[in-house]
Amino acid sequence: MTLFFKLKPLFWDAPAMVAGRGRYLFNYRRIWKLSVLLTSVVALLPLMFITVVDYKVTEQALASEYRLRTARVVSNTRRAIGFFLSERRSALEFIVRDNRPEALTDPLRLLTILDGLRKSFGGGFVDLGLIDAQGKQKAYVGPYGLNNKDYRNQPWFRQVVAHGVFISDVFLGYRKVPHLVIAVKQRLPNQSFHVLRASVGIDPFEKLLADMELGGQGDAFIINRKGVLQTSSRYHGQILESLKLPMPAYHPSSEVTEEVNPQGEKVFVGYRFIEDTPFILMIVKKKYELMQPWRQTRVRLIAFLVISVSVILAVILGTVTYMVRNIHLADERRLMSLHEMEYAAKMASIGRMAASVAHEINNPLAIINEKAGLIKDLFTLKKQYTGDTKLAGLVDSILGSVLRAGKITKRLLTFARNLETSVETIRLEEVVNEVLNFLEKEAQYREIQINVSVSPKTPPIRNDRGKLQQIFLNIVNNAFAALSDRGHLDVQVEPVSSNGVEVRFCDDGCGIPPEDLQRIFEPFFSTKTGQGGTGLGLSITYNLTHEIGGDIKVTSQVGQGTCFTIRLPIAT
Amino acid sequence: MRVLLVDDETELASALAERLELRGIEAQWVGDGEAAIKLVKAEPFDLAVLDMKMPKIDGLALKAHLEAIRPTMKFIFLTGYGSQKDYEAISCQVGEICYLVKPVDIQVLIQRMHDLLDEPQGEG
Repeated sequence: MTLFFKLKPLFWDAPAMVAGRGRYLFNYRRIWKLSVLLTSVVALLPLMFITVVDYKVTEQALASEYRLRTARVVSNTRRAIGFFLSERRSALEFIVRDNRPEALTDPLRLLTILDGLRKSFGGGFVDLGLIDAQGKQKAYVGPYGLNNKDYRNQPWFRQVVAHGVFISDVFLGYRKVPHLVIAVKQRLPNQSFHVLRASVGIDPFEKLLADMELGGQGDAFIINRKGVLQTSSRYHGQILESLKLPMPAYHPSSEVTEEVNPQGEKVFVGYRFIEDTPFILMIVKKKYELMQPWRQTRVRLIAFLVISVSVILAVILGTVTYMVRNIHLADERRLMSLHEMEYAAKMASIGRMAASVAHEINNPLAIINEKAGLIKDLFTLKKQYTGDTKLAGLVDSILGSVLRAGKITKRLLTFARNLETSVETIRLEEVVNEVLNFLEKEAQYREIQINVSVSPKTPPIRNDRGKLQQIFLNIVNNAFAALSDRGHLDVQVEPVSSNGVEVRFCDDGCGIPPEDLQRIFEPFFSTKTGQGGTGLGLSITYNLTHEIGGDIKVTSQVGQGTCFTIRLPIAT
Repeated sequence: MRVLLVDDETELASALAERLELRGIEAQWVGDGEAAIKLVKAEPFDLAVLDMKMPKIDGLALKAHLEAIRPTMKFIFLTGYGSQKDYEAISCQVGEICYLVKPVDIQVLIQRMHDLLDEPQGEG
């Protein structure tokens, strides 16, 4: 707020210069506010609208780009996993078809096949067993002693019998090691069948999922259709635990949905049901992390908006303030010159009236003078009434009054004549005394003491007598207004340099507070508003002083008095 | 010295003429310019005291007329428009015209008359 008061333009507190219908034209604060508001709305609304649209569009574009990318990764990974499983299933189908039933019951042959599978397919195959139609394991090769194990009541066995092929969920089984089973059924010529069953460790899956580049917080795992994790996940549970995310709905192709994880964070979930298996591949990415680049863009976008708005507002404020200040100044100058013209016209008519009155009075005065003079002559020269001394005294009194009245009319004529512009050689003390003479009576009534001190070194100056008279009269009038009865007014006239003279008017009146002092020469500044003051007296004085090549300064102390110092050039 | 006083304020002119007569100056007065021209044509005057502002013919115009009739005549003007400054420092040296401001001091007037006619001042 303090800054506002410092930067506040002059027009902010300018009083209304006119009343009535035209007052809105001079309400600068209103003009300023309206201009700022309108310009800001016109300039900022489109910018903000475009920025918001851009914000939304960019956000949506990025989100959709990430969904697409996630869907692509899901599809690719699904293909790899699907291939992994179908490759192993095909291998088993090939083996069971290519070998005679008795060969497969031979542990040595089975061991050779398992060895071949391991060498051909890398890791994954743990063991291999041949189960007869009764669910009994007829041959087994692998690290566990599962010969003659009865699978008759195992669900997977029933499934493979029913569908010919079976890929199990991941389970711990007898061995307490997570694995899955791929089993294929082969019909035998005797209408019976046998089943070749292989345990496959899930390490290749986990390796495949771990190798995916998903970024810091990404997670890829497989669940079965009951929502049980088939591989370990980084953030969503351990193998064979239930998934802590909603179960995705079936969809034949890759899908990406938006969910909320147990921590309350938004996540993108990409998933794909892998055909012919019980598995669902899932890739979960935190939206927060995915949208990281968007946040950087967003910060840039917001910074751009803030900077643009600030610059636009600064330019609008600066321009509007400058324009309104100029309008205010122009209005003030216009009104000031109107008032000056009015003032000059008023002074001129006062002058004409004074001259006319003085002249009209001078004629009867001259008659009184001559008639009284004649009476006196009759006393003194013709000695007709010399005996009557009283009459002679009365005539002297008439002549004395004529002299006094004559002085007044001559002073009025001097005043009127000085109102005409003309540069002449002037003794400043004469002008000072002329002005003080006008206020002589008021000074007497109010017992104001006026001291005039003129330095004998003061040279005469060449200037406009009428303007000087008006300047001095305004200042002395102001001093009289500030003075209380029995106050003092000191007038000093002295040379100040080789080409200047100073006239100083110092009163011991009420003084001017500092905040008013700096505005005292401004037009329309008045402490007497509502008491007949126009606020133009000192402003006109200031202008007149500068018009005649001078300068005016004021110093004041509240309660102690005020000094006006007028500096005038010796020759203009 | 024969003096002609011309002023539309006849009260002033008559009283002033009488006062001059009392001081031994032969003075006649008229109330307007036309009467003055007539009189000057008829009689010679050394000097005329003219009011500046008169109806029909003002002081300066009348001076021109009278000068044409009597080229040696001298003139003193009386004016009601004088200012304080004129009052304090009367100057008779504006061309050859001498201004005095109403109300005029008779002693000053007589002094100016003698100055103009280069006559030593007689009875005061």
